[in-house]
Amino acid sequence: MQSLKQQWFGNIRGDILSGIVVALALIPEAIAFSIIAGVDPMIGLYASFTMALIIAFAGGRPGMISAATGAMALVMVPLVRDYGLEYLFAATILTGIIQIIFGILKIAKLMKFIPNAVMIGFVNSLAILIFLAQVPHFIGISTITYVFVAITLVLVYTLPRFIKVIPAPLIAIITLTVIAIFSDVELRTIGDLGTITQTLPSFILPKVPLSLETLQIIFPFSLSLAIVGLVESLLTSQIVDDMTGTESNKNGEARGQGIANIVTGFFGGMAGCAMIGQSVINVKSGGRGRLSTLVAGLFLMFLILVLGDLVVKIPMPVLVGIMIMVCIGTFDWSSFKYLVKAPRADAIVMLTTVIIVVWTHNLSIGVISGVILSAIFFVVKISTVKIQQEGNRFIVEGQLFFASTEGFIKYFKNIDIQSKTIQIDFSNSRIWDDSGVGALLKVEELLGDKGITVEVIELDSPSKKVIAKLGGMSSSH
Amino acid sequence: MYKHILLAADGSENAIRAAKEAAKIASCSNDSIIEVVYVADFEKAKTEVLHSGTSEALNIARRKKLQLIEQLFKEEKIQYKVTILHGTPGPEIVRYANEQKVDLIVVGSRGLNSLQEMVLGSVSHKVMKRVNCPALVVK
Repeated sequence: MQSLKQQWFGNIRGDILSGIVVALALIPEAIAFSIIAGVDPMIGLYASFTMALIIAFAGGRPGMISAATGAMALVMVPLVRDYGLEYLFAATILTGIIQIIFGILKIAKLMKFIPNAVMIGFVNSLAILIFLAQVPHFIGISTITYVFVAITLVLVYTLPRFIKVIPAPLIAIITLTVIAIFSDVELRTIGDLGTITQTLPSFILPKVPLSLETLQIIFPFSLSLAIVGLVESLLTSQIVDDMTGTESNKNGEARGQGIANIVTGFFGGMAGCAMIGQSVINVKSGGRGRLSTLVAGLFLMFLILVLGDLVVKIPMPVLVGIMIMVCIGTFDWSSFKYLVKAPRADAIVMLTTVIIVVWTHNLSIGVISGVILSAIFFVVKISTVKIQQEGNRFIVEGQLFFASTEGFIKYFKNIDIQSKTIQIDFSNSRIWDDSGVGALLKVEELLGDKGITVEVIELDSPSKKVIAKLGGMSSSH
Repeated sequence: MYKHILLAADGSENAIRAAKEAAKIASCSNDSIIEVVYVADFEKAKTEVLHSGTSEALNIARRKKLQLIEQLFKEEKIQYKVTILHGTPGPEIVRYANEQKVDLIVVGSRGLNSLQEMVLGSVSHKVMKRVNCPALVVK
């Protein structure tokens, strides 16, 4: 890994430029995710500022962008709706504490056990949920709303062909906001949904009673937020690792996310995590080091202080259009091919993850269910043995252990054998435990009763050891 | 002769034809080396990481795309090495070729994605325009 000096100052020009681009692209997203969570836009903007600022120092993956995200916003919806903002700040702090504990316990290693299928399901359901969250803001409001959403989409997809330096969503926002102000059309604006205050965030203790009851309320949300935040952050760090051809500290990132969330909670922000889209934009714009993340956070705050008045005038349909673009970018479009080509079990795990998330509106439940389901599929898969008959030779394929012995015995019970001796070939199999040895013995007895001698061949040395430990009961000795 | 030949490869049919031409040129002299360059596209990073799980698996998947070319060079007993870069294919190949001061660059005329080509223009065209060394585009 690079030295700390390299991580900070190895790419000053590229980092400053890309940080500015990211800050510009972050504004609409931070606002939109605040609206999804049901809080004032400032909560998401403050969170994006503190997350980026702290992660620049505490993160494990230089060049990765963390801020307020859709995945986290979706999890906190019921908490904000039922208990209010102060509980959200307390939950954010607790989220950070849980993530630091995960980091210390080296939980990033466990992330390797999250199968691809679950990860693909995660991003797909995230995209679907963000899209569903936009529906109330543009369906059945007015014709002009549809028109503005459509124009926004056309702009964000065609502009990048001609203008590469300034992010297309920002150009779309500025032009369409100006048009909306001067053309006197009836459109809902961000100001209708919340307020923007042009002040720096300040340190505040969440106004919640310090009681067991509070903990009972916030803990389930904090745990979900901690899991979702780490899943998205570790996926993002893998993507940044790949794009930059470098490695990063995954457990360090988990701790960094925790520290950033604690600070964010104390400064009146909502829990956040790494963002796939923004991190890709950062690397593509030349960002590689910690400086890029720091500049993104600082410049974002600067823009809010300067432009706060104008932000409230942004028409909602424009923001909706940008969020639809974010959904399209988040969704894994190769999933359709995956559903056809991937093994059945993987396809089912992916679909189940998506269905559970869309059903429960909770990404963490989806991830956990997906992991459990694929673990079950894995056990089922390794607990089936296949037996192929070639003349008098029976070739066993698969692992022979407590979970697979039933199928093994059943096969030999039901088969009709004419000859006096048969061979059971273990070259593609292994006997793992006493149950496996027992099953083999049982088959030998079963066939012995019918006057058939069994010869066991091609046992590998671990299997022989297991049999020898049981005192050479099998005739293979 | 051309000592350091850069072959831009993307796993397409065209890249294999380009490899054959590069092999012909390299075989003219004993000290020629072909550097097979594959650019892992930034646009595909998210999808590739999602579908591969570990970085080792992803690396193997990328090397597999160059398998036929490597085989060809082994059969023809041509010195070669493989370099995997990360970026946007056209500009990244140009940057690398100019930085390494290669003697010749060989590219296929058409890559994998015809739709993208229609929208953005072809990689080979970009390379031809901006590279500082002689370039051979293979049809």
